[in-house]
Amino acid sequence: MAQALPNDGVMRAADGTPLKVALARAGRAERLKAVALVLPLFAFIIFSFVVPIFIMLYNSVYDPDVAENMPRTVLALKTWDGKDLPPEEVFAAFVADMKTAQQNKQTALIGKRLNYEMSGIRSKVVATGRKIGSIEAAPYRDQVIAIDKVWGQPETWATIKRSSSDYTPFYILSMLDLRQTPDGSIEAVPADRAIYRSILARTLGISLLVTLLTLVLGYPVAYLLATSPQRTASILMIFVLLPFWTSLLVRTTAWMVLMTDGGVFAGLLHFTGITWFLNLTGVLNGEPQLFKTRFATVVAMTHIQLPFTLLPIYSVMKTISPTYMRAAKSLGGTPFYSFLRVYMPQTLPGVAAGCLLTFILCLGYYITPAIVGGPTDQMISGFIERAINSENNWGKASALGVILLTATLILYYVYNKLVGIDRMKLG
Amino acid sequence: MAVPAYYTRGETVIYYAVRVFVALVLLFLIAPILAVMPLSFNSESFFTYPMPGLSLKWYDDFFFNPRWSGSVKMSFLVAIATTILATALGTLAALGLARANFPAKATVMAILISPMIVPVIISAVGMFKFYASLDLVGTRLGIILAHTALATPFVVITVTATLASFDRTLMRAGASCGAAPHTVFFKVVMPLILPGMISGALFAFVTSFDEVVVVLFLASPEDRTLPLQMFSGIREMISPTITAAATVLVLISTAMLVALELLRRRSERLRGVAPG
Amino acid sequence: MKKFATLLGVALLAGSALGAAQAYAADELTITSWGGAYQEAQRKSQFEPYIALGNKITEAEYTGEIAKIRAMVEAKAVTWDVVSVDSQTVLAGCAEGIFETIDWNKLGLDRANFLGSDVTDCGLPTDLYSTVVAFDTTKTKEPADLFEALYDTAKYPGKRALQKNPYMNLEWALMADGVAPGDVYKVLGTEEGVDRAFKKLDTIKKDVVWWDTGAQGPQLLADGQVVFASSWNGRFYKAIMADSKPFKIIWDRQAPDTEFWAITKGTPKLEEAYRFVSFAGQPKQQAEQANNIPYGPSNKDSMALVKPEILPHLPTAPANLNTVFYADQQFWADKGDELRERFNAWLAQ
Repeated sequence: MAQALPNDGVMRAADGTPLKVALARAGRAERLKAVALVLPLFAFIIFSFVVPIFIMLYNSVYDPDVAENMPRTVLALKTWDGKDLPPEEVFAAFVADMKTAQQNKQTALIGKRLNYEMSGIRSKVVATGRKIGSIEAAPYRDQVIAIDKVWGQPETWATIKRSSSDYTPFYILSMLDLRQTPDGSIEAVPADRAIYRSILARTLGISLLVTLLTLVLGYPVAYLLATSPQRTASILMIFVLLPFWTSLLVRTTAWMVLMTDGGVFAGLLHFTGITWFLNLTGVLNGEPQLFKTRFATVVAMTHIQLPFTLLPIYSVMKTISPTYMRAAKSLGGTPFYSFLRVYMPQTLPGVAAGCLLTFILCLGYYITPAIVGGPTDQMISGFIERAINSENNWGKASALGVILLTATLILYYVYNKLVGIDRMKLG
Repeated sequence: MAVPAYYTRGETVIYYAVRVFVALVLLFLIAPILAVMPLSFNSESFFTYPMPGLSLKWYDDFFFNPRWSGSVKMSFLVAIATTILATALGTLAALGLARANFPAKATVMAILISPMIVPVIISAVGMFKFYASLDLVGTRLGIILAHTALATPFVVITVTATLASFDRTLMRAGASCGAAPHTVFFKVVMPLILPGMISGALFAFVTSFDEVVVVLFLASPEDRTLPLQMFSGIREMISPTITAAATVLVLISTAMLVALELLRRRSERLRGVAPG
Repeated sequence: MKKFATLLGVALLAGSALGAAQAYAADELTITSWGGAYQEAQRKSQFEPYIALGNKITEAEYTGEIAKIRAMVEAKAVTWDVVSVDSQTVLAGCAEGIFETIDWNKLGLDRANFLGSDVTDCGLPTDLYSTVVAFDTTKTKEPADLFEALYDTAKYPGKRALQKNPYMNLEWALMADGVAPGDVYKVLGTEEGVDRAFKKLDTIKKDVVWWDTGAQGPQLLADGQVVFASSWNGRFYKAIMADSKPFKIIWDRQAPDTEFWAITKGTPKLEEAYRFVSFAGQPKQQAEQANNIPYGPSNKDSMALVKPEILPHLPTAPANLNTVFYADQQFWADKGDELRERFNAWLAQ
């Protein structure tokens, strides 16, 4: 720090500038330097990570397929009151649009988009596209309806009109098992199609269960690790850190191998008499099926997440001085009572940190349920993957992404407030 | 392990119960990883004990089948490039963040750490779409950039942790002795934060080396990484080569663990903390 | 100065790693197929002879998802140059413009000489395979001859392995529910018909293990995890012949279909792709594939080169054709997406 010399009541730096100014200048330079150091990474993360995610999520409301491929129809429908069948010029525009779309092989895309809101129309659009070339002159309306009677229903045109905006609430709504009726009001989808709320509930449920299990299993281990003599603790720590450093895929593979029917885990259940007991009590009939079940999913996830819950608790417990416990005991508390009233409350910050971290990470699980879980054990991430790789529905994938990301970011915010990310510890 | 003399009978029971419970939990943690290893020496292609015979054929497949050995090479290439990039970017950022009154520090930090928190499927899908528009899908550069984004939070966190206990007067001391800023960095700062950098680098390496979801979307078929090869192997046809691969990966993570532990001891010794 | 040199060294290392990453950019033809025994047969009959001529090939596997091909074409990031596709995929993909229209002159092959070449303009027919159900003869008390056994859990208790895809599962469900084979698609074309099929599937849902890849069906059967499994006839043949598994194929209501080589639209390796497809269509290659897996070759000149012991195992062998079911591939090309989405939702419930 610059050395100040007393002079006319103003503190001055060695070069004679007032200390206040010099400090401010130094502070500014310091800050600039700091910003310059952080900038490369910050720019990199924004460019390679934040921007791609926002562009992707934008797809959950951005929906140009109909507007781009049926521009004339969309324009003609603007003045349609939506009551009866649209006027002849709409049909004329429709024929023109469909001819272009057929040429550019875009009818499947239009059909796919309309089908999200009107089940079964995709094949009709594609079939209409194949036949549209036969319509050469007016009047168009009856000829179009002759190709498929779906074009004679006002709801079809209402659906097209509704999908003609560049933006749609459709995907987000459908991920909440809601939909817009042709007249614009919002209603619940039929029960046999309503799956997304239950998938969200399932994701939260599995995450919560795994978090609780890791806490119940991890807390005593953390306690023993933190209070054992250093030498014992270091050895025990290997049992925690080796799984922590082993890849998620390897551990999931291990569980897959162990949980196959007739595999090691089933043998263990048999050997310990648990299979016999479960059969006796009627819970089970014959050998248990473990692979591709909720049970396998939860066990494998608990195994993978246990160190994430345990380590923050452990590092908090390490800082608790044993003198508190001694004081409690010397004041007459039984070990159990002192533990409950004196020790446990002090470990709560670690419990919060560990459990929140595990819960956040659980929400995003994809690989483990995909490998050891069955179709009814897949979580939101699995449905995002399926929406893209098997249904090619980016709107749906993005809407699911919005829901998953919102849940994650809320918890991340809580974590940040409660624990502070700069205090996050690894290993 | 003796019970303190003043414990009541009930407390003695609890004392032992806790220890038995902890032993079982530790067994639960380690047993699956160990149980899968012997199966990689099975002479038959199924996953049950007792094994009818021993064989090294799955290791032969792992090391000499170009699909597997190629994927190992690919994984190392990507992980090493990722480690270098992530360590450089992450360390610089951590140094900047550690300086006093950094503007909007909490927000910046939250953004820099977010790749670790955001579900990886979201990152992967977003990157697929965006990188495709830059012609980066199916290139190794694309995978390296994506992995670097996922790996930097670990470097930022570990280096920040080292800097928290770093005595900044040492830098001033260096400067006041007439050393130029970069000399101060290399002669004073670097040796002290090196353990943090190396453990961050290890985390970055492992993050990239184990990552499968992003590669699932970004990798071209000829650029399969080891986890991708394992994952598609699991979905395709469960060959015991997967258990051989798993065993090799466990050995690698054991080496990482040992390296990290040695570093931790060195760093504590350097800072004068009583060695563990 | 030394430090500077170190820094420079690190920078160079990073640079060269990135450079290597760039330089390795794809220069090999990537061929994607269905994995397992089928791809093995393609490898022996087509890939390896083609590589022996001095060409380079990278193989990839998929499980028939047209969505993946669409995503590549839409993103303009085509990494699969040539793909092995079934009829419904090539029909749907051709209509959407995600496959190249085949220029038969460029292939140097006579289109009229290929069975099934009239199905589409976007593919070279390779073979005729069939979707079938098989069972483990040691696990059932009496042998099953009819496909209805799949739904008869009282007489044939145990799990069933079915493909995680509505194709043929809906058809079998409706036929098991009493719909005449000729009416299946009329029924399936209506909302009520689809509901009816899923209702029937509901009756065995808890007994089903779903598989993704063709190899898994026979493997689940071999591991004794299921009593019945659906798959493609060649996969079971492999398990029966090569691994001497006690499996028996139920030819009743088998669903034959043509397989194609298709070229992905926008591939940067169009010329190489044509060269490979042309090579793969040669009589010798197609016959050699049939000798490795019993799927009938599409090239009419190939049949004479197929080993006689393979013939009774082809889907087209007269003894297997008695109660054949011809699936409507155009129906699936049009409605596949809708039904798959419905099926996925049903699975998740």
